[in-house]
Amino acid sequence: MLQKEGKVRIPSGCAISGVFAKDGRRIPGDLVARSMTTMHERSNGLGGGFAGYGIYPEYKDLYALHVFYDGSDAKAECEKFLDSHFEVVNLSKIPTRKTPAIKDPPLIWRYFVTPIHNKLKDSHLDEKEFVARCVINLNHNYKGTYVFSSGKNMGVFKAVGYPEDVGEFYRLDEYAGYCWTAHGRYPTNTPGWWGGAHPFAMLDYSIVHNGEISSYDANRRYIEMFGYHCDLLTDTEVITYIFDYLLRKQGATLEQAAHIVAAPFWSTIERKQGREREELKYLRNAFSGMLITGPFSIILGFEGGMMALNDRLKLRSMVVGEKDRTVYVASEECAIRMMEPDVENVYAPRGGEPVIVRLHEGVKC
Amino acid sequence: MVIDAKQYDFQALNEQIRAAEGDVTVENCMGHRFIAAGASGRTITINGVPGNALGCYLNCATVVVNGNAQDAVGDTMNDGRIVIHGDAGDAVGYAMRGGQIYVRGNVGYRAGIHMKAYKDKVPAVIIGGHAGSFLGEYQAGGIIIVLGIDCPDDRVIGEFCGTGVHGGRIFIRAHEIKRALPPQVRCEVATDEDLASVRDYIRQYETCFSRKIPDDGKRLFVLSPNSANPYKKMYAVN
Repeated sequence: MLQKEGKVRIPSGCAISGVFAKDGRRIPGDLVARSMTTMHERSNGLGGGFAGYGIYPEYKDLYALHVFYDGSDAKAECEKFLDSHFEVVNLSKIPTRKTPAIKDPPLIWRYFVTPIHNKLKDSHLDEKEFVARCVINLNHNYKGTYVFSSGKNMGVFKAVGYPEDVGEFYRLDEYAGYCWTAHGRYPTNTPGWWGGAHPFAMLDYSIVHNGEISSYDANRRYIEMFGYHCDLLTDTEVITYIFDYLLRKQGATLEQAAHIVAAPFWSTIERKQGREREELKYLRNAFSGMLITGPFSIILGFEGGMMALNDRLKLRSMVVGEKDRTVYVASEECAIRMMEPDVENVYAPRGGEPVIVRLHEGVKC
Repeated sequence: MVIDAKQYDFQALNEQIRAAEGDVTVENCMGHRFIAAGASGRTITINGVPGNALGCYLNCATVVVNGNAQDAVGDTMNDGRIVIHGDAGDAVGYAMRGGQIYVRGNVGYRAGIHMKAYKDKVPAVIIGGHAGSFLGEYQAGGIIIVLGIDCPDDRVIGEFCGTGVHGGRIFIRAHEIKRALPPQVRCEVATDEDLASVRDYIRQYETCFSRKIPDDGKRLFVLSPNSANPYKKMYAVN
């Protein structure tokens, strides 16, 4: 039933929204879901999803794996793997609410896990790399299993449907966190299915994306050289892996990562001065396979922070606003005003100009 | 007539506006799209944030927004006037062919993209603050004015201003033009004749927003295509 990237084409849209409390205040998940209602027309009901950060304080030292299963056989296989690699501290179905608009859900399970000590030691990997490899292995080799969230103290919730219905389905009003991102999908090139809804996550990195990547296959071939597998039939997945690679494995700063994926034109770089010019030149040359072309506006969520970024030509809309130590980002200003009617300093960042927000120093979530 | 947008989605709201007679005020607007599409002969006032494509295909109506507007304001508008008492998003005046758009503050990327003119149909976009990159991209006619009020010279326009122009003029108020311009764009200090041709728009801006152009020593520059056929040799020597 599933068709590969490029086999189907449906005309276009998408919406993103994000909210971040710099003081670590816990915001209920339905706020960001409500913001999406103002941009209803940007989605077509073929995908909606959310990422929440700081939502599992009681399990904050454990990896929270959110998993879709096609059936109970897939679940049994996956759990066998999990039992041999992780100590599973808690497992349960992710609570959902019967929602007429959300049809045919897969099995949706959540596991709070930590790598088995000896297994991790014998692997000679650091903990995050161990977890990442397990997630990639499960998604690539275990038929009918999709691990769609794997970070600590964060979680992704996604489905086929309009985002407001997806929020209702996952009972987002019962979660609270310092950061939420949201996505309403209007798939253009690829099928609408549960695994293809946004956000796409790896460890604590998550991406919501409005746009389409012209350079998808070049990016995919490049990132797959480093052990990632793009299995989820849509372009956004590759952005998540690029950020995971650049930030976690290469130790790049967020600004550097932004200058790699949304690199300025050579003509723009030439007009810069001194060190800035040399650094931009180096990044473009050294990581040319990670330049993402085509229209995009994205929100990257990560532990303790959030980054919003447009493609270098700014071919998608995105606005930012702030009020009372809370930062808001959305495809349209109305979505921000839905969350905070009196938002201040609303502006549209320039193409390729990252907007980075972090928790205030000393704030623990 | 006053319409509360809260209770309607964008389609229902637009039906209400079309069905109403005379001038209309929309309250609590929250991203409703296509408001005043193709409207004629009336004034539509909006309190809140109108959605994308506000005043698209506008036909001699007046639209006033008390706040910010989103993307594609005045898309392919034909005549009339749009006044934004705030900022506007990307692609203001997209493919505009007549009428005027006044924006008190800033505009996003690609303002005036594909503007065109024909005989007495000369569209104009007047921007109080700064404009994003690709201002006047593929402009074929009409007038764009960026007043740069309280805005440093390196911010008043972005990159690639006037890329692909083959008609019309872009006026920029600054001490000097700090951004590189494409080779097909000529940049000169506005002559008395140029100034006379836009004086009325600037006066209108001051009236609309009760705001004086500051006496800050900035000059008006005018950008125009540097020949009748600027792209003759862009792709091939012929």
